[in-house]
Amino acid sequence: MTLLQIAEPGMSAAPHQHRLAAGIDLGTTNSLVATVKNGIAVCLSDEEGRALMPSIVHYRGDGGLDAGHAALGARVADPRNTIVSVKRFMGRGFADVAHIETMPYVFEETPGMLRLRTVQGSKSPVEISAEILRALRLRAEASLGGELAGAVITVPAYFDDAQRQATRDAARLAGLHVLRLLNEPTAAAVAYGLDNAVEGVYAVYDLGGGTFDLSILKLTRGVFEVLATNGDAALGGDDFDHRLYCWALDQARIAPPSAEDTRRLQMKAREVKELLSMSEEAPFRLRLGPGVSVDLTVSRAAFSEMTKPLVQKTLVPIRRALRDAGLSVRDIKGVVMVGGATRMPHIQRAVAAFFGQEPLTNLDPDKVVALGAAMQANVLAGNRKPGDGGWLLLDVIPLSLGLETMGGLSEKIVPRNATLPVARAQEFTTYKDGQTAMAFHVVQGERELVADCRSLARFELRGIPPMAAGAARIRVTFQVDADGLLSVSARETGTGVEASILVNPSYGLADSEIADMLRAGFERAGEDLAARNLREQQVEAGRLLEAVAQALAVDGGLLDAPERAAIDAAMARLRGLIDSPGDAPALAGGIAALARATEEFAARRMDRSIRAALAGQKIGEL
Amino acid sequence: MSVNFSLDYFALFGLPRRFDIDEAELDRAWHALQAEVHPDRHVHLPGSERHRAMRGALRVNEAYATLKKPLSRARYLLDLAGVDADEIDNVAMASGFLIEQMEWREAVEEARAFGDVDALEQLALRLRMRVDEVTTLLAEQFDSRENREAAADTVRRLMFLDRLRCDIDDGLAALDD
Repeated sequence: MTLLQIAEPGMSAAPHQHRLAAGIDLGTTNSLVATVKNGIAVCLSDEEGRALMPSIVHYRGDGGLDAGHAALGARVADPRNTIVSVKRFMGRGFADVAHIETMPYVFEETPGMLRLRTVQGSKSPVEISAEILRALRLRAEASLGGELAGAVITVPAYFDDAQRQATRDAARLAGLHVLRLLNEPTAAAVAYGLDNAVEGVYAVYDLGGGTFDLSILKLTRGVFEVLATNGDAALGGDDFDHRLYCWALDQARIAPPSAEDTRRLQMKAREVKELLSMSEEAPFRLRLGPGVSVDLTVSRAAFSEMTKPLVQKTLVPIRRALRDAGLSVRDIKGVVMVGGATRMPHIQRAVAAFFGQEPLTNLDPDKVVALGAAMQANVLAGNRKPGDGGWLLLDVIPLSLGLETMGGLSEKIVPRNATLPVARAQEFTTYKDGQTAMAFHVVQGERELVADCRSLARFELRGIPPMAAGAARIRVTFQVDADGLLSVSARETGTGVEASILVNPSYGLADSEIADMLRAGFERAGEDLAARNLREQQVEAGRLLEAVAQALAVDGGLLDAPERAAIDAAMARLRGLIDSPGDAPALAGGIAALARATEEFAARRMDRSIRAALAGQKIGEL
Repeated sequence: MSVNFSLDYFALFGLPRRFDIDEAELDRAWHALQAEVHPDRHVHLPGSERHRAMRGALRVNEAYATLKKPLSRARYLLDLAGVDADEIDNVAMASGFLIEQMEWREAVEEARAFGDVDALEQLALRLRMRVDEVTTLLAEQFDSRENREAAADTVRRLMFLDRLRCDIDDGLAALDD
């Protein structure tokens, strides 16, 4: 990009300190962590050279815990306490999960997000995912030799607000500073697009272990613009395994299997599926409990036939995304295949037939998402080289957001595929004299009936000044940030009274729950939460000082002498606070003071850069 | 403020205030502004600055969404001129247009009832051509003749056509599964 960058804060002009940043692909089946080393994105491997970490957590009877490869062995030995594919449970209730009856866990039918009962007590999917993220954080920190300054965590593009929020909470629990939640197909497009310097309209077909996304992106001169996204947050490679598992049960005529045998059969099904991507035929041979065994053979054709409905199911989101983007298959320049499940030959054939062109399979479908996330993390952490404008990601919200209205209908406030960040407001009024409170129900989805949409939260507005019915004007604003996360605010516009909002997430965790989990997590890991907080504040203070110093070096001329003196004084105070072993609150105060002191300066600088951007000027012409 | 909130959406993007705009130019200006205000550019800054950039990014996206589509662009132009398209009386609309609407609607409903994807796609195609005619007329009314009353009437028609398009899309989406 040739846009000007007036020494953006965080973009070091001086020989700069490289900030450790990572991209994490938190997958249904496997997870990865990647970083940018010497300008090249690489996946970080464990001591045994393995980049992929199985997304498995085993809660041991002795109070210990294994995540990743170490937990593999426990899948059959201790199925109830060994959680696989936990991503399917994120932000979901018991009634939402497909094939839940064949899962060897003990579920607690709590309202909202489901929970699992393990030998170590009740666990939320958020806590379980946090263990996977923690293992990846430790791998990255060991490999890079320091604490991570931040991470980009990828999520399926079609994840709704509850699933995104759950992912963000899990990252916080794992002690990660989340720079951004990034959509998986967008991450893949970044990795693919930058590596191949492509331009034009591309489709990303991303079939993971448990989720399917289809995103259509327009790539132009360093801008990745998502035109439309669609998908199925409960369709993935796991479902192909499940078909094979059901087929095997049926063919071998075995009675409902035990939890252990279910696991064995499911693991075998996955193995057979993977074999069938390489050969025309594979044996499904397994010894189960006493006297029971399975001895079958599956041909590629038979497997392809039994999973045809699943493949067809992925074509629906493609049609919808194309329609939303106002495009036809002829407009698509290339189709990027992402996710391990796209290795299945019959999927590649179906995609090729649909688009009338061979899909692009010249990249590792397992790693491309993590690599793209690492590139984005590197930029967001401020590791750009001077003169490198970086790139711009313009992503969208996958599903419309609405409010419940009379008759159980959803009134759409933010339409699907709106570019993020986005804010939309709607006005409501009271229907009774003297009414001081109002209840709202926020839903996400395309269907007309609220009952067919996802319930996100219910909130109540209080403190509306008493007025005649219909006189109050309550403006409810939905704001969706670049992570795709929603926040709601409301005010009475006549009197300007900011009504207080009490939000009850339908499938999320309350802040107090997160705080408790955070404390427990740090205790278990033997880390001191207070010490960590202080360290984070010190890093934050250092970052801010560096940013301000750079801005002053370039744009100091925008300030007069007294203004400059005030900023210098605030900087000196903050430096003093970092050097003297103080407490976190004092440091936080110093950070806030410097931020306040530089507010006007920042506004002037941004003003100037905006004007320059519009004038299309480059830095040299200023 | 980073983004000048007193500017109208056209001025924000440095475009002339007219219906017929250079879409490529709009895209370029949008990208250039987002490159400055997008939250990704401000992740490492203190909260107050992130907040400031966020407000700018929201404004820029709102402006882009408004100007990108012919219908919202036309309505915005009327807004700027102080004309409310919603307040124009239905009765004032030419009866010929209303009859045409009813015919369209019947055709769409029939195709939906029979689950006829081909028919719906044909209708979508015909509708696109009709929309093109109406937008050409709008450009003339706004930009050459500067006849806002006539434009308001045409905008009203475009709103009907837009609703039809939604119906057709919903019908097609329902038949996808």
